[in-house]
Amino acid sequence: MSTIEVHSPIDPSKLAVVHPLPDVLEPRKSRRLLIGFFMGHPAIAVGALLLLLMFCIAILSPYLGTMDPTQLATWKRTRPPSAVNWFGTDMLGRDIYSRVLYGARISLVVGFSVAFCASVVGLAVGLVSGMVRWTDGIIMRAIDGMMSVPPILLAITLMALTRGSVGNVVLAITIAEMPRVARLVRGVVLQLREQPFVEAAITAGTNMPLIIIRHVLPNTLAPMTVQATYICASAMIIEAILSFIGAGVPPVTPSWGNIMAEGRSLWQVKPYIVMFPAFFLSLTVLAVNLLGDGLRDALDPRLAKRV
Amino acid sequence: MALLEVEDLQTHFRTPDGINRSVDGVTFSIESGQTLALVGESGCGKSVTAMSILRLIPEPPGKMAGKIRFMGRNLLDLSDKEMRGIRGNDISMIFQEPMNSLNPVLTIGRQIGETLRLHQGLSQKEAEQRAVDMLSRVGIPEPTRRVGEYPHQLSGGMRQRVMIAIALACNPKLLIADEPTTALDVTIQAQILDLVRDLKTDIGAAILLITHDLGVVAEVADRVIVMYAGRKMEEASVPELFANPKHPYTEGLLGAIPRLGSSLRGATARLSEIPGMVPNLKKQIDGCLFSERCYKATDICRKIAPGLEEKAPGHVAACHYASKEMVPA
Amino acid sequence: MLALAARRIIATVIVMAVVALFVFSLLYLAPGDPAAVIAGDQATPADIARIRQSLGLDRPFFIRFGEWFWRILQGDLGRSIFTGSPVSELIGQRLGPTISLMVLTVAFAVAIAVPAGVFAASKAGTWVDNCFMSLAVFGFSVPVFVIGYVLAYVFALQLEWFPVQGYTALADGVWPWFQSLVLPSITLGCVYMALIARITRASMLEVLQQEYIRTARSKGAAELDILFVHALKNAAVPIITIVGIGIALLIGGAVVTESVFAIPGLGRLTVDAIMRRDYPVIQGVVLLFSFVYVLINLLIDLAYTLLDPRIRY
Repeated sequence: MSTIEVHSPIDPSKLAVVHPLPDVLEPRKSRRLLIGFFMGHPAIAVGALLLLLMFCIAILSPYLGTMDPTQLATWKRTRPPSAVNWFGTDMLGRDIYSRVLYGARISLVVGFSVAFCASVVGLAVGLVSGMVRWTDGIIMRAIDGMMSVPPILLAITLMALTRGSVGNVVLAITIAEMPRVARLVRGVVLQLREQPFVEAAITAGTNMPLIIIRHVLPNTLAPMTVQATYICASAMIIEAILSFIGAGVPPVTPSWGNIMAEGRSLWQVKPYIVMFPAFFLSLTVLAVNLLGDGLRDALDPRLAKRV
Repeated sequence: MALLEVEDLQTHFRTPDGINRSVDGVTFSIESGQTLALVGESGCGKSVTAMSILRLIPEPPGKMAGKIRFMGRNLLDLSDKEMRGIRGNDISMIFQEPMNSLNPVLTIGRQIGETLRLHQGLSQKEAEQRAVDMLSRVGIPEPTRRVGEYPHQLSGGMRQRVMIAIALACNPKLLIADEPTTALDVTIQAQILDLVRDLKTDIGAAILLITHDLGVVAEVADRVIVMYAGRKMEEASVPELFANPKHPYTEGLLGAIPRLGSSLRGATARLSEIPGMVPNLKKQIDGCLFSERCYKATDICRKIAPGLEEKAPGHVAACHYASKEMVPA
Repeated sequence: MLALAARRIIATVIVMAVVALFVFSLLYLAPGDPAAVIAGDQATPADIARIRQSLGLDRPFFIRFGEWFWRILQGDLGRSIFTGSPVSELIGQRLGPTISLMVLTVAFAVAIAVPAGVFAASKAGTWVDNCFMSLAVFGFSVPVFVIGYVLAYVFALQLEWFPVQGYTALADGVWPWFQSLVLPSITLGCVYMALIARITRASMLEVLQQEYIRTARSKGAAELDILFVHALKNAAVPIITIVGIGIALLIGGAVVTESVFAIPGLGRLTVDAIMRRDYPVIQGVVLLFSFVYVLINLLIDLAYTLLDPRIRY
């Protein structure tokens, strides 16, 4: 208890004291974690919510007051929206409301399958190209070649080679979109190769592919997730375009592109045939894009700057 | 009336994890022709103070309060347009990094001429001509050739000379130099300091010198302010401060200068460092901001923040334990 | 400098050769026998074999590719299976509308998107920025033909400001030509504009944080000067790059836009050729589009030196 007082005793009343100035800025309220996250990333919140809605529509379409979307009823062709046919009927008398709701399935299946397949194939191609040096030149030339054909044109050309089916559409769009992922992954691998820890591990005799894969996967996961959402959105649009020009899924299948293709010749007099599927398609793609933007901002701030 | 009077300047920034009180109540003034140095560790708010004077703080996320009176006018009350008329004309600034402070895609002549075109209404051609004059004035050889070159074609020292040419083109009344020599080689540093000093006497400008280098302060400044954590801790004339530091923080800074002759032999000759780190300015701290790192600190320092007090004639410090000399009442 | 430019050009030639091989092999692998299509329903296998031989379809892959490639180098793209006329002639007839559409679209898009991106960046985080960027996300999300139909419905059918469909050649008057292309260009340009605006904003944001921008401010430069003189030129390289890369979007979009607005251009030619499996035409069009695309991007790469004195080839 007995500390030695070095300084002369201080009389607190005679001290010169700082008079603190008030803060210039108002403090902001902090929010709870989950709500705070969504408030901070409104794009993710809105995108996820809309997408969830679309998934519900796609899964529950048989229970949402729909009828058979392929049921022809030629006696009630091109009826405007009414209490019976909420969105009206098309040239063959099919119920547009039902076709639009079932159409969500095609768009979502194509979008997500392409995003998944393009990511997996692109990852494999990118890894091989980045790790096995002698293949790099060949693969990159091939990728450059593929990327110099505009994706829609490439997908259309591929579809011209085959029969229209959902599987072929997915395949064609995957081939058109895959190069983007491959390039991304290769870039990360090449960057990693120059990292001191990788070089150190190689000189220490560790298996190189093992190191790369162990480090590439976590490093590419964030940009690849973002890339995959954009590919998903792009695939939905390309699918619709393919169907629209008659090179997509068979016309009987209720897909948004097909419904619009049928309404195409009548759009000046019966614009609703085109507009309902157009609205749903735009909304879905918007949801995916919002999700992509939000994920990009949240997962990869560096990428966010580069767009 | 002083040329520049800064009174209770506060510059705060909103950040994702709270308000950063970078500058919190700083008061000082500069007379015409005087050189005032602002020293402190990085992050102490000295650069932010400099930027605040020219109102170069982006709002948002920043926000300023207090008074900055330049020739009697409060700069914080001016419109953006009036402020632009002052920047580069009455008050100009040179920055730390000559590498990045010049625009890489515009020619040297264009960048020097811009100030003249903006404030003196010169035509492009006249401005380029004057730019050549300015280049020879700051000691750049072959100015007629250099004027058409781009920044990447010049060395670091040359670029800083160009920055000085830009800053002095309109004969400003106040020159703010933010770490003007930090990024340069030692030999070049001396040249640049000489140049600044010569030009200053030529045009009679006052200088606000921001630096963490007390060697530079001793060489060029008249008065010196020591800043810490956004506050002024001590102010005195240069000889007084070096001879008789009052604040423990200043003592620490002075102890941290390598001295010729003290040699590098032995552990005791090591450059002394101040232990600890600058406090987090996003938190509200009750006592003295330096108390955590201060060898003199007692309980009272941790409770009551010391205010500035005249400890000797013309020498103020904010420390409860700074010895007070006889101040004539 | 010349050596590097030459290397860049050689790389481009290699890419073009890869594209040629790619396009050729795609259609080589195609199911469906063009010989059978030409021969018609009542042809005997012998008829088909004869046609097959006369078309040279029975020889090995690389020989066919070599011959085909050699002819292409001489500007001979073959003949349409469907109409029998030379592909180069068919393309030539359709070139005008597509070039008009593309040029006008690029002009529109750059003139609108670049200033929009610049302003969004200068007001980053404010409602102006949010508005612009929300618009950009919409531009990305609404498919070309949807925009086309909405615009045509509102501005052509309801307001009657522009023709609903069709194309008027430039030779028939500048104003009618322009009028016939306004809606298609805006339609085609939406995605492209969104892309350019976003890149412009991102690139500007990075440049605006640079110290030389602070220097410009400290000199008393006005905000517009800072944005358009000091910053934009520094931000230009990524913007110009995306203007070039985005041409791919335009080519893909043109196929659809020309269908919606009934413009007799290359896009329509492509769609028709694909429907009829008219392989020489498909090959020709895809090659031409790719060639133009690669060439534009090569020129842009070579133009970087004009924008940034630090870049030297």
